[in-house]
Amino acid sequence: MLVINNLHAEINGKEILKGISLKVNPGEVHAIMGPNGSGKSTLASVLAGRELVMVTAGEVLWEGKNLLDLSPEERSHEGIFLGFQYPVEIPGVSMVNFMKTAINESRKAKGMEPLSPSDFLKLMREKKNLVEIESGLTSRSVNEGFSGGEKKKNEIFQMAMLEPKLAVLDETDSGLDIDALRVVANGVNKLKTPQNSSIVITHYQRLLDFIIPDFVHVLYKGKIVKSSGKELALELEEKGYDWIKKELEQA
Amino acid sequence: MKELSIYEEQNLNFSHLTDHMEKLNDPLPRFFREAREKAAVSFGEKGLPDKKDEDYRNFPINNLFEKDFKYRFFKEIVHFDINHIFKCDIPNLDTHVIILLNGFYHGGDDQLTELQDGIKFGSLLAATKELPEVVEKHFSKYSGFGRDGFVDLNTSLARDGVFIYVPENSVLEKPVQIVNLIFSNKELFIQPRNLIVLERNSTFRLVVCDHALTTNHSLGNSVTESYIAKNAKYDFTLLQNEHNNASLINHHFIYQEENSRVETNTISLHSGLIRNNHFVTLDGERAENIANGLYLMDKNQYADNHVFIDHAKPNCRSDQLYKGVMDDQARGVFSGRILVRKDSQSTEAYQRNNNILLTDEARMNSKPQLEIYADDVKCSHGATVGQIDEEAMFYLRSRGISENEARLMMMYGFTHDVIKNIHVDSLRGRIEELVYKRLQGELAKCENCGFVNV
Ligand SMILES: Nc1ncnc2c1ncn2[C@@H]1O[C@H](COP(=O)(O)OP(=O)(O)OP(=O)(O)O)[C@@H](O)[C@H]1O
Ligand SMILES: [Mg+2]
Repeated sequence: MLVINNLHAEINGKEILKGISLKVNPGEVHAIMGPNGSGKSTLASVLAGRELVMVTAGEVLWEGKNLLDLSPEERSHEGIFLGFQYPVEIPGVSMVNFMKTAINESRKAKGMEPLSPSDFLKLMREKKNLVEIESGLTSRSVNEGFSGGEKKKNEIFQMAMLEPKLAVLDETDSGLDIDALRVVANGVNKLKTPQNSSIVITHYQRLLDFIIPDFVHVLYKGKIVKSSGKELALELEEKGYDWIKKELEQA
Repeated sequence: MKELSIYEEQNLNFSHLTDHMEKLNDPLPRFFREAREKAAVSFGEKGLPDKKDEDYRNFPINNLFEKDFKYRFFKEIVHFDINHIFKCDIPNLDTHVIILLNGFYHGGDDQLTELQDGIKFGSLLAATKELPEVVEKHFSKYSGFGRDGFVDLNTSLARDGVFIYVPENSVLEKPVQIVNLIFSNKELFIQPRNLIVLERNSTFRLVVCDHALTTNHSLGNSVTESYIAKNAKYDFTLLQNEHNNASLINHHFIYQEENSRVETNTISLHSGLIRNNHFVTLDGERAENIANGLYLMDKNQYADNHVFIDHAKPNCRSDQLYKGVMDDQARGVFSGRILVRKDSQSTEAYQRNNNILLTDEARMNSKPQLEIYADDVKCSHGATVGQIDEEAMFYLRSRGISENEARLMMMYGFTHDVIKNIHVDSLRGRIEELVYKRLQGELAKCENCGFVNV
C-alpha cells in the first residue's frame, strides 16, 4: 500500500533523508529505530505532508498514487495518520470541536453526511473507553496543559477516532509509564485489522513486546542501514548502535 | 419616506464653541453650565489632540476631519416609531433597552424611568432635574478637564445622553442595554454623554451596542463616566459593530471605591476607525478591575485601544487582556498604562496583549507602559505580535481539517479567552457567532441591525 523509493529530503537546504526505500503491505507492522537526529521524524513528516521538509528526489506511492501531490488533509482523508512525537497545544480550540471537525471533514471528502451530534458523542465515548483516556481531557483545549503521557494517549485516541489505514506513530511510547504503555499498545492492537498497517518509530524494545513488528529497520544518517525481523530490536537494546556504525565503517 | 424634522443643524465650528453656549445652556442647572463652559474654554485653548500628542501619535486624526461633518445641537423630533426600524434580534437577550438616536436619548426628557428598588434610568437632561445632587456629585468629575480635546468637546456639548442610577443594595439581574443608533442622511458628528452611578453594594450589568442604520460617514465621540461605590459590582460589555464609514472615538472613565469589582469587555468587530480610551481609577482598597478587549480588523480599518489603570490605593488588583486579529492593511495600537502610586502597596497588576497579523501589510503597535512607585507590587505584562502558529496548523490539517477551516479554528481559538469572559450568556453566544462570521470574512451583523436606506 505504501512504497517509498530512494527518497531524498532536506530541511532549510540541509539534506536529512539521503535515499530511503521502504515497502509497507496491508497488515504489516514496521518498526523504525535509530539514533537521535538520524531522520526518523523527518521521514514521518514527509509522509504526513509537512511543508517544511522539501523532497528533492525519489517518490512515495500510496495505493499506486503519488502521495507527495496530496495536501496534509487529503492524506488524512486517504487514511494516513501521524502520531506526533511532540503533539501541539492549541489553546482555545476544544477537543470536541477539533474531533468533530476532523471527522466531518473526512466524511465530507468521502461524500458522506456529517455525523449527528448524538452519534458523534457515542463514538467519542466508545473510543475514550478503548484508550482509557480520562473523560476530563476531552472537555479541554487540544493538548493544552496535558502531561507528556496524556498528550501521547490523546494521539492514540485521535487515531482511534479516525481509524486510519496506515498509522505512523512517532515515539508514542516515550514518556509513558508502564500502565500507559500497555494502554497505548492495547489501543493499537485493538485497532489492528488484516488491512491496516503501522510504522512504529521507537527507541525501546519494551513497546515492541506489546506491538510485535514484522520488520525492524535501522535509520542512520538519513538512510536505512539495516532491516530485519523482530529479533533486531532485541539486539539493539542489548548492544546499542555502535556495532552497526562499525559494520558500516568497515563496509 | 419617513418624516424627519430637524430643529437646528450647523456646521461645527470648533473655534467658536463658546459662542453657542448661551443657547445650549438654556434649561440646565448652574453646575452643569459651569462644567460645560469650563470644558469649552479648555477646548478653545488646546483644541483637538494632534500628532505631537504622545497618546495620539499613531492616530490618523487628519483623515478624520476630511469629511464635512454636521453636528446637531438639539435633539431632532422623529415622527416614526423607532421600533419599526430597529429591534435587537439577539435571541434570548432579555434586557431593558435604551436607545440613543444620533447621540440623544430617545424617549421622554422630562422624567426618569424607575425599574425596581429605586433603580432609575433616562436622559441626562431629566436627571439634572430629578436627581440634580447625584449628577452634580459625579458629572465631569472623572473625565476632568483639559486632558483630552475630544473629552472637552464632548463635555462642552453634553446634553442628554443616558443616565443610570443604581441605589444602595439594589441588584438588577436583567442587564440594561444601550443601543447607540445612527440614523441620518447627513454625515453626522455625534457626542453621546453618559453617566452611570452605582451606589454601595449594588450590582449592575450594562451592554452597549454601537450601530449605524445608515451607511453615511459618521463620527461618534462618546464619553461615559461610571462611578462604582464601595462593594458594588459592575459588568460592562461594549460591542462595536458598524461599517467602514463609521468612526468611533469612545472614552470610558471608571472610578472605583473600596472592594468594588468591575469587569469590562470591549469587543470591536467592525468600524472604519475605532479609538477606545479606557481610564480606571482604583481609589479604594481591595478594588478589582478586569479589562478585556478583542478587535478584529481588516481592509484599511484602524483600531486603537488605550487603557490606563491608576492604582491609587493599596491592595487592589487589575488584569488586562486585549487580543487582536489584523488582516489586509489593517492597523492597530494597544497602549496599556499601569500606574502604581507610591503608597499603593500589595498591588497586583497584570497585562497581556496578543496579536495575530494575517498579512505582511497589517500593522500592530503594542506599547506597555508601567510606572511603578511602590515596592510591594506583583506586576506582569506581555505583548506578542505574530503570525498563526504553523505547527498547530499542520497538526489540525494532518487530522483532515482543510487549511481554511484550520485557520478559522485557530483564530477563533485565539479569541476564545476574551469571549469566554462575557457573562451575559445570550450575548456571549451572539458574539461568538459574530466573531466566527467575521473571521470567515463575512460582514457580521445582527440581522435587525441591518442598514436602512433613507
Ligand atoms: N525544523 C528544523 N530545522 C532545522 N533542522 C531540523 C529541523 N527539524 C529537524 N531538523 C534536523 O534534521 C535532523 C533529523 O531530525 P529528526 O527529528 O528527523 O531526527 P529523529 O531521528 O526523529 O531524532 P529523535 O530520535 O531525537 O527524535 C536533525 O539533525 C535535526 O536537527
Ligand atoms: Mg524524532
